[in-house]
Amino acid sequence: MKFAVVVFPGSNCDHDAYYAVKHVLGQDAAFVWHKDTSLAGADVVILPGGFAHGDYLRTGAIARFSPIMQAVRRFADVGGPVLGICNGFQVLLEAGLLPGAMLRNRSVKFQCEHVFVRVEQTDTPFSTACRQGQVLKIPIAHGEGNYYAEPAVVERLEQNRQVIFRYTTAAGAATPDANPNGSVNNIAGLCSEARNVVGLMPHPERACELAIGSADGLVVLESAVKSVTRGAFAAAG
Amino acid sequence: MRARVFVTLKPSVFDPQGTMVAEALHTLGYAAVKDVRQGKYFELEIDARTPDEARRIAAEAADKLLANPVIESYRIEVEASSAGAAA
Repeated sequence: MKFAVVVFPGSNCDHDAYYAVKHVLGQDAAFVWHKDTSLAGADVVILPGGFAHGDYLRTGAIARFSPIMQAVRRFADVGGPVLGICNGFQVLLEAGLLPGAMLRNRSVKFQCEHVFVRVEQTDTPFSTACRQGQVLKIPIAHGEGNYYAEPAVVERLEQNRQVIFRYTTAAGAATPDANPNGSVNNIAGLCSEARNVVGLMPHPERACELAIGSADGLVVLESAVKSVTRGAFAAAG
Repeated sequence: MRARVFVTLKPSVFDPQGTMVAEALHTLGYAAVKDVRQGKYFELEIDARTPDEARRIAAEAADKLLANPVIESYRIEVEASSAGAAA
């Protein structure tokens, strides 16, 4: 199966995602330039981290108008699995593929550290290989990861079980202290109503080998392989 | 014609930067400053025949790009007298 890793001007985790998919997971992977209009037959699309278009105006605000985003939207509309990591999550929010927006971190600092996230739901293409309640040690690196949505929207997200990852302690408790950026309800990642589009601020692709501190993120990418292999969330890119 | 667009976080949305700026002002001794809200300011030079047309174009630009309606609202001022003036 094939992963497409979208490259915007300013993406800087595109190679991390490519490496994790290609060399750790052993899957086919291809970079797709933001001005391309086709996803080149990919089974899974990753919008990587970084600073697309310099984060000018707002994070993700310019990237959502890149030509490739029309193909990503079509792919998502027909059920294709799309994963937005960090800046990729911010792009999905600006594009309206996921609800809500990002504010500056509560600390007003760029937070770069390992955090713990708890897997809340396993019925998405990026969590299906996880155990519900599993706690993953994954790094974050962002200045604007303070997830916000109106209270009614947050309530709907919770009711629909769209919160997929939540910041917790190592023991899995969603406390205020375990929340690195001020996100409402400790939300670290969520999915679309159709559950095939997932965005998260932590970087699973940077936690795929013990040599670099944690391999806990691998299960997120393995989920995509498992999901596509068994035919769930399949679409032709 | 020049349109000025002021984009600010909605009152219900917490502004970490504004709060930090307020704290810095308090450190400087400006106890009278009770609150700070930080926003963005845009000047658009618009080729329009009437102020209303300029305002409509600026509002479209704000809706589509300049502001994120999830967290921000905006206000527009049109300066009709700048028509034809040198930049």
